[in-house]
Amino acid sequence: MIEKPGIGRPLAHVVLVLGVLVVAFPIYYTFIASTQSLTTILRPPLPLTPGDQIAANYGEALFGGIGRIGGVAVTTLLFNTLVMALGIALGKIFISILSAFAVVFFRFPLRMVFFWLIFVTLMLPVEVRILPTYKVMVDLGMIDTYAGLILPLIASATATLLFRQFFMTIPSELVEAARIDGAGPLRFLRDILLPLSKTNIAALFVILFIYGWTQYLWPLLVTNDNQMNTIVIALKKMVSFADADTPWHMVMVTSILAILPPVLVVVLMQRWFVRGLVESEK
Amino acid sequence: MAKIELKDVRKVYHGGVEAVKGVSLSVEDGAFVVLVGPSGCGKSTLLRMVAGLESISSGTIAIGDRVVNELEPAERDIAMVFQNYALYPHMTVRKNLEYGLKNRKMASGEIARRVDEAAKMLEIGALLDRRPGQLSGGQRQRVAMGRALVREPAAFLFDEPLSNLDAKLRVQMRAEIRRLQRRLKTTSLYVTHDQLEAMTLADTLVVLNAGRIEQAGSPMEVYERPASLFVATFIGSPAMNLLPLGAGGIAGLTAPDGLLSGAGPAKTLGIRPEHMRLADGEAPRPGEMRFDLTVTGVEVVGAESFVYGTLPEGGPEVAVRVAGYSHVEPGTRLAAAADPAYLHRFDRETGRRI
Repeated sequence: MIEKPGIGRPLAHVVLVLGVLVVAFPIYYTFIASTQSLTTILRPPLPLTPGDQIAANYGEALFGGIGRIGGVAVTTLLFNTLVMALGIALGKIFISILSAFAVVFFRFPLRMVFFWLIFVTLMLPVEVRILPTYKVMVDLGMIDTYAGLILPLIASATATLLFRQFFMTIPSELVEAARIDGAGPLRFLRDILLPLSKTNIAALFVILFIYGWTQYLWPLLVTNDNQMNTIVIALKKMVSFADADTPWHMVMVTSILAILPPVLVVVLMQRWFVRGLVESEK
Repeated sequence: MAKIELKDVRKVYHGGVEAVKGVSLSVEDGAFVVLVGPSGCGKSTLLRMVAGLESISSGTIAIGDRVVNELEPAERDIAMVFQNYALYPHMTVRKNLEYGLKNRKMASGEIARRVDEAAKMLEIGALLDRRPGQLSGGQRQRVAMGRALVREPAAFLFDEPLSNLDAKLRVQMRAEIRRLQRRLKTTSLYVTHDQLEAMTLADTLVVLNAGRIEQAGSPMEVYERPASLFVATFIGSPAMNLLPLGAGGIAGLTAPDGLLSGAGPAKTLGIRPEHMRLADGEAPRPGEMRFDLTVTGVEVVGAESFVYGTLPEGGPEVAVRVAGYSHVEPGTRLAAAADPAYLHRFDRETGRRI
């Protein structure tokens, strides 16, 4: 910490406050817009205080359904997105723990080849392999399914690498002590490795949940049915080229509702998140 | 309770490095055998092979009457204490002790009984609900011992268990391990590089060098009759003084007739510092060896001091033990004497004792 008397501190605070305002104001303005009627929004300037349509707007969005996206309620969108985000986050963690476990603790032929194969996929983002992936999903009949939304995004080289690094810090004596104590590989994974990885898993969960929640390109391709849309895709569909055609108040409500869950996850898991990134408890 | 029998055990790593080159060793039921040697001598590898953590390239290892070559560590009825304790950091002490027993599907009443008994024996009862991170090194060591005790195994294996403790605790734990082992009469195999630890703990001392047994025997036997130059210098501190015997004797050393001559292979003589004394100003006693030394340094340990000096003409350095405090100045020339009865003779070519 810099503790210098004089102008330094107040100046720093001013800069920080300005920064906060720059970040927070658009979100605040979105919230304001979500509490106004459509006509108010379309007739600038937009007031800086909440309007009186808050209950009506949120009620309609959550329980009524939004016309432009086929009358689907935001609750459905939230549910879809939650399933996808959880599926991706948990799936990625599950797969990467298992693959890191295999690569670190077992000696099998071509072990390093497999590790490098996983590693190399880091260089292939979803966009590069999107056509073949789409074809596979169509052939498997997974268009408009949760499985189709989740499965192609589950394999994660980054998470595998992260767990590999963590597993490699576990002293070999601990593994040996467990072997002498009669713990087979899976029991070792369950009783020793997973409890020790708790903070890592939590930190990764936060990152991956947000990654899953904000997915755009893949859900756009793989869902056609309005009932299967994620909240991000629905937002995109709500916005029309013609300004008057777009239910801006609903867009704003949906935006606010789309932001809330990731923020909640970060706030609730912040302590774990920081510990997972900082701590190297063994 | 069981005997451990190693027959011509070898370990060859991938790439052809031979860490253990044919070791045969029989550990009697209830014996405390210490494997000692410099780092890289294969002692830990040997222990880990007995534990089942390292595969056996050839030869057999039997615990009790069972050949255990192909058995998993958990099936070998052994318990091991590791150098860095290897306690499960996320479990309480009690859970650490219970874990191996639970995996064996032991009845919970029996588990509780054994944990209580071990806790009492090691005086860790108050620590049972803490985690390893909240314990001091000595306490962790006790818990690691406890984890071995509750198993009530056929044999204890110790892999340098005291190396991470400070000197005072090490002495204390050493005595405790000895006491526990005497009481439980469990066959124990103990690996250390510390010759003092080896001397004080062992029923049988096994000195390893470069993957082979140099000598096995009771500690005093090994100390008094080292079988090779390696053992002679490894056991004892400061090390035994070695004097390479040339054709014309050794410069600066006068010895009774016939002592330094003698046919046969080139020899190296050895004599321990405590079998020498400073004899300055004394008339030579008959039958004694006399050394003409130039003092190079003095080490005062407290109860005793070691005077180091070199023989003339670039001869070897020798250490002489002196009781109490010695205040010889470096550079002084003085005489030292020794009784030839304590002289060890080694074949310089093979390093073996003659």
